[in-house]
Amino acid sequence: MAETPGSAAGQTGCMRIALFITCVNDAMFPDSGKATAAILRRLGHDLEFPAAQTCCGQPLFNSGYRRETVALLDGFVRAFADYDIVVSPSASCVSMVHDVYPRLAGEAGGALASDVASLTGRVVELSQLLVDVLQVRDIGAYFPHSVTYHPACHGLRVLQLGDRYQRLLRAVEGLTLVDLPRAEECCGFGGTFALKNADTSSAMVGAKVDAVLASGAQVLATSDNSCLMNIAGALVRHNPKIRTMHAAEILATTRDDGERWRDRLPALAAGSTR
Amino acid sequence: MNAPTGPVRWPGSQPFPKAAAAQLAKPGQRETLERVTHQIRAKRAGVVAERDDWQDLRRAGERIKDRTLRHLDGYLEQAEDALVRAGAVVHWARDAAEANRIVHDLVAATGEREVVKVKSMATAEIGLNEYLAERGISAVETDLAELIVQMGDDLPSHIVVPAIHRNRHEIRDLFAQRMPGVPADLRDSPEELAGQARRHLRQTFLRAKVAVSGANFVVADSGTLVVVESEGNGRMCLTLPERLITVVGIEKVVPTFADLEVFLQLLPRSSTGERMNPYTSLWTGVQPGDGPQEVHVVFLDNGRTAALADPVGRQALRCIRCSACLNVCPVYERTGGHAYGSVYPGPIGAIITPQLRGMDDEVDRSLPFASSLCGACFEVCPVRIDIPQVLTHLRARAVDYEREHGQRRGERAAFRAATAGLGNRALYEAGLRVGLPIAHAVTGEGGWHRLPSVGGKWTQSRDVPRPPRSSFRSWWAQQTSEEDASS
Repeated sequence: MAETPGSAAGQTGCMRIALFITCVNDAMFPDSGKATAAILRRLGHDLEFPAAQTCCGQPLFNSGYRRETVALLDGFVRAFADYDIVVSPSASCVSMVHDVYPRLAGEAGGALASDVASLTGRVVELSQLLVDVLQVRDIGAYFPHSVTYHPACHGLRVLQLGDRYQRLLRAVEGLTLVDLPRAEECCGFGGTFALKNADTSSAMVGAKVDAVLASGAQVLATSDNSCLMNIAGALVRHNPKIRTMHAAEILATTRDDGERWRDRLPALAAGSTR
Repeated sequence: MNAPTGPVRWPGSQPFPKAAAAQLAKPGQRETLERVTHQIRAKRAGVVAERDDWQDLRRAGERIKDRTLRHLDGYLEQAEDALVRAGAVVHWARDAAEANRIVHDLVAATGEREVVKVKSMATAEIGLNEYLAERGISAVETDLAELIVQMGDDLPSHIVVPAIHRNRHEIRDLFAQRMPGVPADLRDSPEELAGQARRHLRQTFLRAKVAVSGANFVVADSGTLVVVESEGNGRMCLTLPERLITVVGIEKVVPTFADLEVFLQLLPRSSTGERMNPYTSLWTGVQPGDGPQEVHVVFLDNGRTAALADPVGRQALRCIRCSACLNVCPVYERTGGHAYGSVYPGPIGAIITPQLRGMDDEVDRSLPFASSLCGACFEVCPVRIDIPQVLTHLRARAVDYEREHGQRRGERAAFRAATAGLGNRALYEAGLRVGLPIAHAVTGEGGWHRLPSVGGKWTQSRDVPRPPRSSFRSWWAQQTSEEDASS
């Protein structure tokens, strides 16, 4: 299990934490951002949302538009430069920052390369923040359903999240975590791959749907909403009763407040710094 | 103008999306591919898990190969010296055409009209068998799977298991139709089929005067050639004939004999999931009175120096042709090898073929996009080729090529617009503020079931969810302003 760069237990009190929502979540899955904020507030941490952020550039980069990506990289660095921690509920976008930004910035050279170098260690995926930095396992969530978890490829192989989400989900009161058969196989999204190679992508998502159905779970959770959009889009044509959600949305749900975090930002926990 | 380089393109090849669609539709093929790739996957995982030092071995393999590539010119000259001292004759082929000519002339000089072949990706790459056949020389494949492919006038679909797309019933029928002397009651059990092939090949081995092989490794300091195989046909072809001709890519050189220690542990576990393969043959030049008395080595460039010139792409030249990447690839598992248009399929094919052949052909430009970038290949590559990194690198080269040649303007315009929208905060926010409520309003509760044009590629198998009424940032702005107002 890879260590989160810069994990520092016990120094979190005065940290400025920024939310990197991602363009996909901003536009299509705002609830994952609301859940991330709710979880951190319950743990006594305030979250800031630098509105200058837009997109990390991964869709452009993965389609071969390297030069165009540099402009977005520059925007990302300027939006998040001042924060101690930048957290995102998207393993693929965090992978872009860790894996691609240093190489791209290196090619561009100059100040951008050193700006990126100083930032990448501070950008973490949500489960890395919870498990490695804040070192919490049980965050007081309540979700009495059977859940199966699909580990998105970037989280699995690039960030090496290991079983962080599984451990977090197992600690949720009332939740039964059931195995997803062939969990480590790609769901077939791959960005524009799903459109350019739609037939192969459809075959891949078909296999993932079969696995979800075989698991018998009531709920499908993932670490990445792009994968979720792909799998859920196909799953709904077979069994619309199975709920699909980002793992953060499960972790945000409590016995007392249920899923009210979808409507209102919860109050900051008492005794926390603001 | 340079002569064409790289693997021979199979006639009728189409860009990957079309080729894949045709392969996906073949009845029975997907089931066969899934069963076999999953079997090999599990075997590999099992034997790799036995080694505590597997990651160290991978790193060693990566570094030995990278060192060799950095000093390839020196190592090739050292190899030539050692080979010549040991009694071999060394030839240099710039491209497929030159290699075919050299091999043909060596065979023709003996007067033989038949040669036996040891399975060789390099000879498949240059289309040697077809070249010889056109000139009246029959090149008989002796590896069972290659024999099956050859007998069926078929094309190979996997680097190690070229007949992976055939099941044993099909193979039995093929033998009954094409193999002389097959008993009428031949059954399709693996033992009977292998036994029948053995009887058939035995005669071929005993009469062969000339053999053509490839090599897995060429050791520079000793001039030793290495063939790693499972069936023993290689051993027959390398020891019985009088003249042995080996075609080998220039990237197959390793510096010292001791380096084999690393690769002979990496290769069998990665390719067939065995701790050790059954037959490993090493030969150094000519031994008077024992084995082939004329040993020829044809070093093949065929686009390899072009790949070497690319600082990111050159890592593909570390490849030891194990096929582990094919066996774990979720794309290859479904489309099979024929969708890739030439002898190198799967993840390695997607990065090596466009580099060896160049970007001029739209089929080659389509190959780097034949991937969801899941990274399973990188995880299993014994020499740590970062295939996803090379794929995105080659995608950029493909886009640059099309930019320079004025192709794919529509897509480029769309991405330029996306960059403008995403790179400008005011535009981005306006887009969300104005666009989302409209998108939400015009979409039904259940989302979109069918979209026109390029959206139809999505909805052929998936719904699109209903967009939310407003974006995260507008919800956040409203919530935090309310919070500030009430505090």
